[in-house]
Amino acid sequence: MNILFFLIGCSIMLAFMFLGAFFWAQSDGQNDDLYTPSIRILLDDKKKDAENEK
Amino acid sequence: MPQNQLLEKIACYHCGNDCLSNDFNFDGKSFCCQGCNSIYKVLSSNNLGNYYHYNDHPGINRDGLDKKFDYLSNAEIVTKLIDYRDERTTIVTFYIPQIHCSSCLWLLEQLNNLNPAIHYSRVDFLKKQLIIKFDHKTFSLQQLVELLYDIGYEPVISLQDVIKEQNLAVKDNLVKKIAVAGFCFGNVMLLSFPEYFGLSVYEQAYKYFFGFINVAFSLPVLLYSGRGYFTSAYHNLRNGVLNIDFPLALGIAVLFLRTLAEVLTQTGAGFADTLCGLVFFLLVGKFVQRKTYHHISFERDYRSFFPVAVQVIEDEKEKPVPLAQLRTGQRIIIRCNEIIPADAILLKGNALIDFSFVTGESAPVNKTLGEIIYAGGRQMDKAIELEIVKSVSQSYLTQLWNNEAFSRKQDNRMQTFSEKMSKYFTFALLSIAVASLLFWLPLDYKRGLAAFTAVLIVACPCALALSTPFTMSAVLSIFDRNLFYLKNTRVVEQMATIDTIVMDKTGTITTPENNVIKMQADLSFKQKQLVYSACSNSTHPLSRMLCMHLGDIKQLPVVEYSEIAGKGIVAKINGHHLLIGSGKLSTGHFDEPSHVSVIHIVIDDEYLGYFAASHHYREGLDEIGSLNGDYDLYLLSGDNDHEKNRLLNFFPLVNHMHFNQSPQDKLDFIKSLQQMHTVMMVGDGLNDSGALKQSDIGIAVTDNVNNFSPGCDAILDGRSFKKLPAFLRFSKDAVSIIHASFAISLAYNFIGLAYAVTGRLSPLIAAVLMPLSTVTIISFTTLATHFKARKHKLL
Repeated sequence: MNILFFLIGCSIMLAFMFLGAFFWAQSDGQNDDLYTPSIRILLDDKKKDAENEK
Repeated sequence: MPQNQLLEKIACYHCGNDCLSNDFNFDGKSFCCQGCNSIYKVLSSNNLGNYYHYNDHPGINRDGLDKKFDYLSNAEIVTKLIDYRDERTTIVTFYIPQIHCSSCLWLLEQLNNLNPAIHYSRVDFLKKQLIIKFDHKTFSLQQLVELLYDIGYEPVISLQDVIKEQNLAVKDNLVKKIAVAGFCFGNVMLLSFPEYFGLSVYEQAYKYFFGFINVAFSLPVLLYSGRGYFTSAYHNLRNGVLNIDFPLALGIAVLFLRTLAEVLTQTGAGFADTLCGLVFFLLVGKFVQRKTYHHISFERDYRSFFPVAVQVIEDEKEKPVPLAQLRTGQRIIIRCNEIIPADAILLKGNALIDFSFVTGESAPVNKTLGEIIYAGGRQMDKAIELEIVKSVSQSYLTQLWNNEAFSRKQDNRMQTFSEKMSKYFTFALLSIAVASLLFWLPLDYKRGLAAFTAVLIVACPCALALSTPFTMSAVLSIFDRNLFYLKNTRVVEQMATIDTIVMDKTGTITTPENNVIKMQADLSFKQKQLVYSACSNSTHPLSRMLCMHLGDIKQLPVVEYSEIAGKGIVAKINGHHLLIGSGKLSTGHFDEPSHVSVIHIVIDDEYLGYFAASHHYREGLDEIGSLNGDYDLYLLSGDNDHEKNRLLNFFPLVNHMHFNQSPQDKLDFIKSLQQMHTVMMVGDGLNDSGALKQSDIGIAVTDNVNNFSPGCDAILDGRSFKKLPAFLRFSKDAVSIIHASFAISLAYNFIGLAYAVTGRLSPLIAAVLMPLSTVTIISFTTLATHFKARKHKLL
C-alpha cells in the first residue's frame, strides 16, 4: 500500500495547480466584472445579416 | 390652433419620447429632436443600426447640441484623466451614467467600427464604466469624448474620480485569502478522515504522514489567511481594547501550537481541520459583510460635481482654464446646465440659477446684473458672463464644506453589540481556561494543559463572530432591494437604538419635482393664452408649474399686473380682467383641501374652474407621522413658516417644528437633542450635511443616488421614503436576531466546554462542533432575516 504516499502526493500537486489557476484568474481580473459577460453573450454579430436579408 | 393639440402620439425612434412635431424625419423614422436624429444618422451610416434591434427605443434623449469639451485639449487636464499612456496608445476609463440596456453595451463595444483609431472598448455594466484603448496620435481624447457625446453617451468627467478611488481601495486580497483557507480546509479534512474512522495498527505510518501534511497545510492558513486576526488583535491590545479578534487569534494560535505539539510528539492527530475550517468560515463572514455599491459613493464631495474647467474670456477670446488656476477678476462664461464654480458677479445675460445642489430647493432663482452669485448654482437659461470675485477655494460653498463643524471627526458613534459582548466573552473564556488548568494541575499537568488548550479551542467565538456579519449582510441586501443604501453594517445597529427623528423640510419631505397638476376647468385656447401670459410674469412656484403645464404659448402683452403675496395674481390683458389664485382672492371661499393646492381662475368676473396641484410632499408622509408614538419627531426647515398649518397634519406638535434654521442652527439643535437622546437626522443637500454628520445616524434622501450627499451614513432613494418606518422596525428586528444567534452560539460553546474542561476533547468533536455551529448560525440568521423582512413587507 505504499503506493498511497505517491498517490496522495500526486493529488496534492494537482490541487496546487488548480489553486494556482485560480490565483492567476483572480489577479488577471477575470472575476472583476461578473455581470457584463452575461449580457454580452446574448449579442451576436450574425443578427446583422439576418436583419439585412429581410 | 393645431399647436396645442397633438393629432397622434408618435414615439421617437431613438429615445421613445413623444414627437411633438414632424420636423425630424429620416429614413421614414420619426425623431423627437435634432439630437436623436443626428445620433441615428451617425449610427445608420456606420452600419450600426443593430443598436435599435436589441431593444425598442434604446437611446437617451439628448438636449442641447453645443459641445463643451474644449478643455480636453489642455494637456494638464488630460494627464489627470487617463489611466495609461505610452508613445502610441492611451487607455482611459469613463463613467457613463446613461448605460442602461444591452443596446448600450453592444454599441459602446462597437466603437472601433466608428473610428479605426479605437483599438477596443469594454463596458462594465454594473459600474457603468467604459474602458477604451485608442491611438492618441490620430485621435485625441477630446475627439473621443465628442464621439461618445455624438452617439448619446456623454461621459461624466470630474475632478474627483470617486469610482476610480473606490476601485483602488478594496484590494486587500480577501478573495485570495479565502481561496487559500478553503483549499487547505478541504485537503486537511480529507486527510483527517482516516484518523476519525480509525487506522489499524499496521497503518500507523500513514497516521504520521497525514499528521505532517496537515501541519504543512495549516501553515499558509496561519501565516497568510489568518494573519489579519493577529495584527488586529495586537493593535487593539496596544490601544487597550479587547475586541473579538483577540479570542479568535488566541484560538487560532492555540489550535496550531497544540496540533504541532501532538504531531511532533506523535501523541495525537491534532486539530488542523478545525483550524483551517475556523479561518475559512471567519473570512467568508468578512467577505459577506463587505458590501460594495457600484454606483454610490459616500465619499463624494463638492469636487466631483464641479466642472473640470471653465471658459475664460481673455482678449475677446474664450479659452478653457482648469478650476485650480482661476483667479479673481477673470471673466468666465457659464452655459446652460453648467455649474458656477466660484462666487462671481453677474455681468451679462439672464441668470436663472438652480441652487438645488446646495440647498435642496429646486425652484430656480432669478439674479439681476451686478448681483453676486454663489458657487454651486446651475445656470438654467442661456449663457451668462460672470466676473470671479473669489477663487474656488475661497468660495462660499467650498468654505462651507471645509468648515470645522462639517468635517468634525465622528467620535460619538456607539459600540456594536458584538464589540460590547466580546469584552465580557474574552474575560469569561480566559477565566474558565485558567480555572480548568488550575483544577487539573495538582493531579496531572498534562491533562491540565490539555484542558486549558481545549477550552480556548472549543470556545473560540467563531459562531459569535459570524452572527453579526451574516445577519447584517442579509439585512443590507434587503435594504438595497428597497433602494435604501447603508454605508456599512454598523449603521443597522445604530438605527435600532435611535429614539428621536429630525427631518429637514425642503427636498426631504417635499419632492423637488412637482409637476402633478390637474386642470378642472374648461378653458378655450384664448383663455389659456390669457392665463399663461399672466402667470409667466410671476416667479411663484405654482405659477411656474402652471406655465409648464400649459406648454409653450405665445405671450400676450400685459397691461396691468400685480401679485398679492399668499393670494395670487390680478392682471389685465387684452381688455380682459384676470384673477388667478387661491380661494381667498378669487371666490372668497376659505375651505381648501389640505392635500392639494388649488389655483382658481376668474376671467371677467366669471368663475371658470381651477387647477389642482398636488402637494409636493413625498408619498407616505402620513406613515412617517405614525412614528410619532415611538419616536420624538422634529422638523427643521430653512424656509419660513408658511406651510406650518399643512405640516401640522403630519407633525402634530407645534413646538417640534422650527423654521428659518441656518445650517449651523440645525447642527446646534441636533447637538442639544443629543444631550438626552439618540438622534437620527433625515435631510438632503449640502445645507444639511453638518447636521447629518453631527447626528448619531444621518440619512440623505435623494431622487438621484449619484447626487451630492456628504456626511451621511445612508442614502435613501426618494421613491422608498414611505418605507422609512418599516426600515426602522426591521432594523430593531435585526438586532434581536443577532441577540438570538448569540444565544445559540453560546449554547454550542457550553456543549463544547463540557467536554473541554475534562481535558478529554477529541479532535473529532471539535471538528464536528465547529462547522455545525457555523452552519446553524448562518441558516438561522438568513431565514430569520427573510422572515422578518416579509413581515414588514420589504420583500
